[in-house]
Amino acid sequence: MSIQESVSRAQSSLKEQPWRLFASQISVLLRNEVRRNLFTRRRIGFHLLAWIPVFILLLRYVLDKNISPSQLEDDSYLFAGITFQLYYLRLGIFFACMGIFTWLFRGEMVQRTLHYQFLVPVRREVLVVGKFLAGAVVSIAVFEAAVLACFCLVYSRLGSEGRSYVFEGPGLGQLGSYLLVTALACLGYGAVFLALSLLFKNPIIPGAMLLGWETIAPIFPSWAQHLSVAFYLKHLCPVKLPIEGPMAIFTIVAEPVSPFIAVFGLLCLTVAILALSCFLIHRLEITYTAE
Amino acid sequence: MTPDTRQIVFDNVSKFYGEVLGVNKVNFSLDPGITSLVGPNGSGKTTLMNLLTGLIKPSHGAIYVLGLTPQQPIEFFRQVGYCTQFDSFPPGTNGYDFIYWPLRLHGFGHDQATKLTNEALERAGMAQVARRKVAGYSKGMRQRIRLAQAIAHHPSVLVLDEPLNGLDPMARAESIALFEAIAKQGMHVIISSHILEEVDRISDRVVLMSSGYVVAEGQIKEVRREVRDHPMQILVRCSNAAKLASAAFELDHVVEAKILSDGQSVLVRTRDAEQFSLLLNKIVSAGLVEVDAVAPADDDVNSIYQYLIGSDGSPT
Repeated sequence: MSIQESVSRAQSSLKEQPWRLFASQISVLLRNEVRRNLFTRRRIGFHLLAWIPVFILLLRYVLDKNISPSQLEDDSYLFAGITFQLYYLRLGIFFACMGIFTWLFRGEMVQRTLHYQFLVPVRREVLVVGKFLAGAVVSIAVFEAAVLACFCLVYSRLGSEGRSYVFEGPGLGQLGSYLLVTALACLGYGAVFLALSLLFKNPIIPGAMLLGWETIAPIFPSWAQHLSVAFYLKHLCPVKLPIEGPMAIFTIVAEPVSPFIAVFGLLCLTVAILALSCFLIHRLEITYTAE
Repeated sequence: MTPDTRQIVFDNVSKFYGEVLGVNKVNFSLDPGITSLVGPNGSGKTTLMNLLTGLIKPSHGAIYVLGLTPQQPIEFFRQVGYCTQFDSFPPGTNGYDFIYWPLRLHGFGHDQATKLTNEALERAGMAQVARRKVAGYSKGMRQRIRLAQAIAHHPSVLVLDEPLNGLDPMARAESIALFEAIAKQGMHVIISSHILEEVDRISDRVVLMSSGYVVAEGQIKEVRREVRDHPMQILVRCSNAAKLASAAFELDHVVEAKILSDGQSVLVRTRDAEQFSLLLNKIVSAGLVEVDAVAPADDDVNSIYQYLIGSDGSPT
């Protein structure tokens, strides 16, 4: 078959798909999964991960009234470095996505309810997309709210100096970048964990390996760093942090990428991993028993 | 092979879980009506049903349901409803939502899905408790709400794995009446059950399974005729049991003729039922004996099960 024939066949196949049905199925899946993932007891850990820094910053806001002349710069670095890059990107979002996205299918296997999803007239690819979007909506909503709350607490504590930094200086732009990076982190890690849950019965070990990879990726050659979610996110963070600590001597500074390439690259990576999940879901069988 | 659009076809289907055999070389096709899968625990009944509905994939062979395969889920699952044996439900769901939301995934709008949900709840006798959490249901209620979900979209093929388990006699009778009504509409109803008496009463045909193999398949009477190792038992109620018994003994194919305790019935075990019928006709025509009733005593599922599979569950 020639390439032209393949393309025209693919085009006619795409035209034949009932897109309106797919859209309505995705909206139903989204609604059900969001309800199941956002407000259940199982999700307490996920909410704690998101809101712990908010509680800490709230305590600081209430209890610590000492504001030094260099406080704005210190707090900007504190927020960019410890709160956002170290806590949210490396730990909070990572582990929350691990909990949410691996549970989308693996959790249903554990609860022995996945067969209900496989016995309705829904293409398995649609199931993957619907569940992924639900996980993304939940994680993005909760973490963006938490990041926004942290940002407000950090700068509102600084009074008029903080207000002018946010509304007349670079503050709002930085906030936009933080929210964009948060959303992209949820999408990127979410796609990876969804695929891992379809590849492995216990995705915790590969998840830990992924955490290791994300941590040590900076010491690998530039091309290898492009396979890390953190690589793209780091380039989108508005406040650049100096490389410090024992890792600094091994770190290879990769060619900086433009924001457009970073966003586009991460979205491409997400779509590629989702496509892999769509392939993997077809191999999934209901092997749990009735007992 | 060209799949028939009215039949369910198993074409040389095998399923292995690693090195463990699920089912092996299954070949048969089913017409509309009630088909019962019968066999001991671990014989492969649930595996066969899971294969049929695409929950697992065959290691070899192919399955066609009305010409469709589970690889075409949109068309396939509009035709198929499966009430599984898995007694688990999405956490926090109530009976109504359990039926309503899958119907929305079928593509039905709110009004249509509501109508179908209410209808299914009525048919399964669950309308009164539909708004209660499924976690608070009894075993029988959980069984019925799963049945309601399986029939809600009016499938042409209804697959039921042990649907009578946990039901009280009244609910069991109602469920059986429902299965019969569905089958009368020209649909396929495939049931696995341990309750052989019920299976016998409602089945148009049986598939007997043991250790992953189909031991026998077809209409119950046909299957019984094929079991030549065990002579057929025929019960004759007549005016002169002794005369009939002595006449029967003269035939080579009759291996036993036993006069029962009422003194008016003879239980004949014969290897050739047709020849025995001819003898009976002769005796009646000659006016030697008046026959009140003739009935086969072992052409039911229970007897076939005992003959082919035995009480220990291994094929005999």
